[in-house]
Amino acid sequence: MLTFLALASVLLLGIVPERSQAIVIYTGWERHGLVGSDIRLSCSFFSWRWTSEDVTFSWTYRPDGSRDSISIFHYTGGVPYVDNKGPFRDRLEFVGNPGRRDGSILIKNLDFSDNGTFTCDAKNPPDIVGRPSSVRVLVFETVPIQAGVITGAIIGVVLGLLVLIVVIYYLMRFLVARRVFSLSVSKHGKKKKEGPQQRQLWTPPPLTCYPLP
Amino acid sequence: MLLILLGVLILHLIILILLIVSTAASAWSLGDNMSKDLWYSCQTMADNEGYHCKQGSNEDWIQAVQALMILSVLFCFFSLVAFLFQLFKLLKGGRFYFTAIFQILASLFVMCAAIIYTVMSPEAERTQFGYAYVLAWVGFPLCLISGLIYIILRKKE
Repeated sequence: MLTFLALASVLLLGIVPERSQAIVIYTGWERHGLVGSDIRLSCSFFSWRWTSEDVTFSWTYRPDGSRDSISIFHYTGGVPYVDNKGPFRDRLEFVGNPGRRDGSILIKNLDFSDNGTFTCDAKNPPDIVGRPSSVRVLVFETVPIQAGVITGAIIGVVLGLLVLIVVIYYLMRFLVARRVFSLSVSKHGKKKKEGPQQRQLWTPPPLTCYPLP
Repeated sequence: MLLILLGVLILHLIILILLIVSTAASAWSLGDNMSKDLWYSCQTMADNEGYHCKQGSNEDWIQAVQALMILSVLFCFFSLVAFLFQLFKLLKGGRFYFTAIFQILASLFVMCAAIIYTVMSPEAERTQFGYAYVLAWVGFPLCLISGLIYIILRKKE
């Protein structure tokens, strides 16, 4: 009985931490940039453990159409190491905050040759099991319109106009109804006083005074 | 008469279905093994490699056509709801003005969408206009006629 309990507890202790040891890395899916501008590639991770002092970030770059990736950035032991020989020398800057699990980099002065896939890999010892995440960078001469912006704008404007027209219509009806109500009261008063005078044949008006309505 | 009412309702439903199919099916342009616009461009690969679809182009005129088609479907649906509402609430001898306005606006939107697509779609060899485009052009006069019928229609009791 005791051995069974001991075995079960060892198994449970063995299984539960196993599940929580994977590290999840988040980057964007795609980033668009204009030629000559700067682009910030963000990378952050989720881990069940506290952020250790030996946390490492590394970025690799694979150009479009190539099968090889080169390493362009590495952060370890509290020191960022930036590319000083490859295609990004003097153009790469570390703008992340490892204490806040942010390993973002800034690429300055984009060029068409920077089209490609950037992969971020983060490790938070002892959480080291994880899949690196990639972000695709597309460099444009002019920024294209995102899908659905114009569609949403046209639909929103037309439906907004419709709602506005309906609201104005009901408001006018409400206001006119109130005004008609107050007008008919004074009209009734006027009619009562002028009625008997109108039913007579036309004779020169009698010289009597009538109180003003 | 009940027959006229039923006929008008069935026509309205047919128009709504036509517009929905034309908006949702991505078949405004057909090529060899390829269909594209309004939302996706899909291609059947050679050598039986399968059927690949990718996101449609983001140009501004395609987005305008998308918006106009969606608006026309919405307005056709609103006019159906207004028709059913006015059927029970309208006074004797009244006319279905609300329904007619929405239906005519819907036909206007379909017309604009079809015209924009006709003018702006790129001329490429071996591409022709697909069935969704034809449905849009068929739906426009049907919608207009339906709207005009609603103007003439008068509620009896």
